[in-house]
Amino acid sequence: MARELTGSRVPAAWALPIALAALAGLALLSVCVGRYALTPAQVLAALREGPGGGGTDATVAGIVWQIRLPRIGLAILVGAALAAAGAAFQQLFRNPLVAPDTLGVSAGAALGAVVAILAGAAFASVELAAFTGGLAAVVVVTLVSSRLRGYEPIVTLILTGVVVGGLLGAGISFVKLVADPYNQLPAITFWLMGSFAAATGRDLAAAAPPVALGLAVLAALAWRIDLLALPDDEARALGADTRVLRAAVIGAATLATAAGVAVSGIVGWVGLIVPHMARLIVGPGFARLLPLAAAMGAALMLAIDTAARALLSVELPPGILTAVLGTPLFLWLLARVRRDW
Amino acid sequence: MLDVNDLAFGFPGVPVGRDVTLRVERGATLAVLGGNGAGKTTLLRTLLGLLPALGGSVRVDGVAVARLRPAERARRFAYVPQQHVPPFPFTVEEAVVMGRAVHLSTFARPAEIDRRAARNALERLDIGSLAARRVTELSGGERQLVLIARALAQDAPILILDEPTASLDFGNRARVLAELDRLRRDGLAIVFSTHEPDHALAHADQALLLSGGTSLACDAAERALTADNVSRLYGVPVDLVDIGADRRTFVVRGARALR
Repeated sequence: MARELTGSRVPAAWALPIALAALAGLALLSVCVGRYALTPAQVLAALREGPGGGGTDATVAGIVWQIRLPRIGLAILVGAALAAAGAAFQQLFRNPLVAPDTLGVSAGAALGAVVAILAGAAFASVELAAFTGGLAAVVVVTLVSSRLRGYEPIVTLILTGVVVGGLLGAGISFVKLVADPYNQLPAITFWLMGSFAAATGRDLAAAAPPVALGLAVLAALAWRIDLLALPDDEARALGADTRVLRAAVIGAATLATAAGVAVSGIVGWVGLIVPHMARLIVGPGFARLLPLAAAMGAALMLAIDTAARALLSVELPPGILTAVLGTPLFLWLLARVRRDW
Repeated sequence: MLDVNDLAFGFPGVPVGRDVTLRVERGATLAVLGGNGAGKTTLLRTLLGLLPALGGSVRVDGVAVARLRPAERARRFAYVPQQHVPPFPFTVEEAVVMGRAVHLSTFARPAEIDRRAARNALERLDIGSLAARRVTELSGGERQLVLIARALAQDAPILILDEPTASLDFGNRARVLAELDRLRRDGLAIVFSTHEPDHALAHADQALLLSGGTSLACDAAERALTADNVSRLYGVPVDLVDIGADRRTFVVRGARALR
């Protein structure tokens, strides 16, 4: 199956431009739709006039610049970060079933966030706590697993991530148990489901640099990352310093994921499923996989967030929509590709 | 070129073998034989520096392998592991180009010269037609040939192969053994493990017989591979039979003798 799709170079070469064009179209559509519908002409005028508003219509300028653009930017940023990190982790673990949070980054970020909410922290420090918690969880997992011997390093790493994630999950449950059920618990539940509703330009400015740095490192190492798809012995025999390379990839992918999760909360599925779709189209070579996965992840996240706020009168958390869409899509992929991921 | 002195090998706390001393020069081939579980793969991994030696030393041109960084090792050794089904569907050409990693800087991507080296390696093994296929779709034997091609693309002076003919059909086996002969003539130092004493006799200068965690014999192939030694190595009575044209083959004595 995969061969039919990837056997010729033409669709592979066109995949990235098509994904980027779709992303641009989606972004324009997303600025227009919502409770206060705008025409493309209104949007373009507001974009031309800049955030100051120039004069025509302050309401339109405010909606475009203060509300919709930050939210769109954040959805694009988080979608790209999760999909790119998912592609990197799948290659690194030689396992197409892992997601960006396999090493506990989401669980760590969630625990950081809920503890901050419990402590009554301001919104900015919730994000900072989430970011710190996500990074700390992955540092703990990698340090602990490097002390353990006896299995292949990759297997040890995944197992350590799973058990540490379980422990963090228990911590989250405990915080929910002791949280104030009228104010804090809803905030915690809302955060854990993920949302772009409260996005501001400041969120975007805070999350963009770590995401960009993470993705830049992955892009720079792209061809080497293919070597990590080989068994450890083989990659080392080919001259790769797998310990250093693995640490760099884990660091870069975790940085991007943690920054995304910190501003959006937990949005599952995108990091698992988008790398599969991208791999079906361009094959597993990371140099072509990474940009396509990032573009498709951004487009999917934006489409889902736009649908979440525009389709129903009550806004749905995007995490619920990604799960509802992601499950059948993933099963369809599984049935379609057989062993040929 | 490759000097192994009094080597003890295995895993930390789990010794597998000891007292292995050998020397392979440029343009020479060493065959490693031993029953299942005798430690052939573990020995090869130790030679490659992928496992630390438990005692003794492995040196390449006088330099201890343990001291070398991965890239320095990969410039000296190319490794052909036993074939396995890879998790991702790389094309054959992509898989073989990975052999060029050691010639590329950390942030570089393979250039035309690397792709040409990969295609040459495939041509050398007569599998140029596989270049665009996906490694996940190949037969075990084809994948084995691809791994050998990757090692050739790596262009290292020492070639270490773990049962390179194990999953090959009759024709491909002959093709790979002939290629090993050719590489030896080109000046490579070659170490391969095998379950076929005949292959060792016909294609290796020296043979190491591993049994019970130590070397039963390590000598010129003719001297190490006697009917007596091979019988002891595998625990079955074996005759070395002259089949004419200056060739000999090992034959297990009649089934009755096995009882």
